[in-house]
Amino acid sequence: MSLCCCNQNNQDKQKSLAELLTKYKEQPGALIPVLQQAQEIFGYLGPEVIDQIAGELKIPPARVYGVATFYAQFHLQPRGRHVIKVCQGTACHVRGGAKVLEAIKKQTGLEPGETSKDLRYTLETVACLGACGLAPVMMVNEDTQGQLSPEKAVKKIAQCD
Amino acid sequence: MQNLMEACCSQCSHSPAAPCAQYLTCRTEGPLCHTDEQCREKRVQLINAVKVPETADKKQIIVCGGTGCSSSGSAQLAELLRQEIARAGLTATVQVKRTSCHGFCENGPVVHVEPEGTFYTKVQASDVPEIVASHLVGGQAVERLLYRDGAGKTCRTPKEIPFYAKQTRLLLANCGYIDPEQIADYVAVGGYRSLVQVLQHMAPEQVIEEVQQSGLRGRGGAGFPTGKKWAAARRAAGDIKYIICNADEGDPGAFMDRSVLEGDPHAVLEGMLIAGYAVGSTVGYIYCRAEYPLAIKRLKIAIEQARRWGLLGRNILNSGFDFDIILKEGAGAFVCGEGTALQASIEGQRGMPRVKPPRSTEKGLWQKPTVLNNVETLANIPLIIRIGAERFRQIGTANSPGTKIFALSGAVANPGLVEVPMGVTLREVIFGIGGGIRDGKKFKAVQLGGPSGGCLTEQHLDLPVDFDSLTSAGATVGSGGMVVMDENTCMVDVARFFLAFTQAESCGKCTPCREGTKRMLEILERMCQGRAGMDDLADLERLCRVVKTTSLCGLGQACPNPVLSTLKYFRNEYLAHIVDKHCPAGVCSALVNYRIDGEKCRGCGLCLKNCPVQAIRGEKKSPHTIDNEKCIKCGACQTSCKFNAVVTC
Repeated sequence: MSLCCCNQNNQDKQKSLAELLTKYKEQPGALIPVLQQAQEIFGYLGPEVIDQIAGELKIPPARVYGVATFYAQFHLQPRGRHVIKVCQGTACHVRGGAKVLEAIKKQTGLEPGETSKDLRYTLETVACLGACGLAPVMMVNEDTQGQLSPEKAVKKIAQCD
Repeated sequence: MQNLMEACCSQCSHSPAAPCAQYLTCRTEGPLCHTDEQCREKRVQLINAVKVPETADKKQIIVCGGTGCSSSGSAQLAELLRQEIARAGLTATVQVKRTSCHGFCENGPVVHVEPEGTFYTKVQASDVPEIVASHLVGGQAVERLLYRDGAGKTCRTPKEIPFYAKQTRLLLANCGYIDPEQIADYVAVGGYRSLVQVLQHMAPEQVIEEVQQSGLRGRGGAGFPTGKKWAAARRAAGDIKYIICNADEGDPGAFMDRSVLEGDPHAVLEGMLIAGYAVGSTVGYIYCRAEYPLAIKRLKIAIEQARRWGLLGRNILNSGFDFDIILKEGAGAFVCGEGTALQASIEGQRGMPRVKPPRSTEKGLWQKPTVLNNVETLANIPLIIRIGAERFRQIGTANSPGTKIFALSGAVANPGLVEVPMGVTLREVIFGIGGGIRDGKKFKAVQLGGPSGGCLTEQHLDLPVDFDSLTSAGATVGSGGMVVMDENTCMVDVARFFLAFTQAESCGKCTPCREGTKRMLEILERMCQGRAGMDDLADLERLCRVVKTTSLCGLGQACPNPVLSTLKYFRNEYLAHIVDKHCPAGVCSALVNYRIDGEKCRGCGLCLKNCPVQAIRGEKKSPHTIDNEKCIKCGACQTSCKFNAVVTC
């Protein structure tokens, strides 16, 4: 399995997944929480993980893919260490959110939805972060940054290792 | 006793396994089961730590912990305050507390000192020693950190700040004052008392009657009478019934649910418990957006605490009523705000809506009768029980009683959360509370209700804000987003923006929505690029009609609204884009030319340095010019100019 470069780590992850599947096996409506937690363990939902989930929950893999691709939260590809979510909500839009995004695109060389080859950054856009009073806003991992200018945003991102 | 909810002594007998019916009354009004002065004193102290009586010598310094202030470093600020207070030897008399959002986000981090109510804005780490030395030790407020209103008047307390003074904060009353991670704080300010009232003195039918009498309408957007929904679910046949709290606030420009969840999560739980009792349900779900990590964290804490103190679970307060709440994290799909789609998502499927009827109150989650209410609706319930339907009806208008929280944002001087009685005018909200348009610009439009709403103009400013009058003007209350736009906003671009959103979020189940939004977006994109003709305009209008009337769910039915309202009120701008190939607001970059105003230009050379394609020429200290042939319209010159000399034409 090529999920992780470190085998020891991978064993732990497999163990966590097995525990997760045992816990949710009999519960109705378990698929979404299982996918969420599996993604938390592995960082993304690779084909092996999806197959395993489908098998254990006795759901056809096509349905698992159907659900995983429907929701914005699920990722079938590895993601960067730093996930940058640039808000393109209405308030951010009327206060220059597009220019912030442009600057970040230029800095990272990524289009929204892409991950850099060195897995340093993943760039995404979101519809609203619910911090409209501070527009324009972005979220770097769990950290919300407000009242951005293109320069300020670029500086914050450069500070990520 | 560390916490109001803990046993004060061995005579306290309540536990979730052996619940006491008088448990909450005992906590807030005094030991009823036993008389012990010491217990009474402990209890009073703990309540005072939350409420802070006028006469107390103990002060509270409250640091906002909402998302806005947190992003401006309020956690560090609270820690520094604690250290500085300890250094000054004031730990015994001053308590540092971190609450949630005050709704005045742009002026954050916000710090206020109780009981006097001194309100500091934009507090930085470097201000901490001065606040402690001057205010807490010396008794002198730090003047320079006080808020100044538009006229330059210094405001000492929220009561003097127009932003707060003109609001009616009933649902937000606790936000920013109690610690949302402490159930005892909520109980000390009267929380869960409505639940006690309902369980001990009211039959389920009476509760429904009270809610119906109050005239409360759902705050999620459609404005359906809440009591009617509950009554239908109670009547419906079924061994199991569900209560769902829709906390999947996905409208761009709306954050009121987020603030209620982060600031007063127990109010939502209490509302759900009362709904459960009224409808005859024992299981509730909260479906909360994953994009709101702080709200999820606080909900988890609140649910866990309520379970631990026997306010969720079996035989609540010895009333025989069982109810528990399951928290579900949304997975990121706007369409899941639609009730039937949300239920599909809880069931573990793709979040696609289904045809109604049957209504959810008959066949909802897992085919069982289900009541689905929005966060703000549920937060209204304890209030209605507390003050009674009659008094609730007196707030707001006859057809839309109560208050509404709006998320005011965009080009307004004071963006933030605004709670007003239904029926106040847009002018009062935007100019009275919001302080008017920022940077001295001119008001152009206000967008209400997100992607399902519409834009209103100056002629609507005196329109009362309630469900019916806004709908008749072509907008909606929706979930309560209110985005103010100034002269620098292009209305065609705004319509394109919302269409891009709904197009991306359309679940794809029904053809009018899936294909229609895509074609509409293409037309709007052509308009913004100056490649559209008058045929396109006719097609766009026809598509709006078709998508609106033939889509399956609210997303499709409402998505033409932003286009229709801008077409109605800003048709000239559409014509300018189509006929003149010109964007009057200077937003659509393909239709904009940059020019340097020779009189304003000082020849500093900043624009020349920042231009990526060397389209700017000019000698130092003499006016520069732009070569429009070379210009790629990136706007770098305009952003870099310090003299506002780069103008669009």
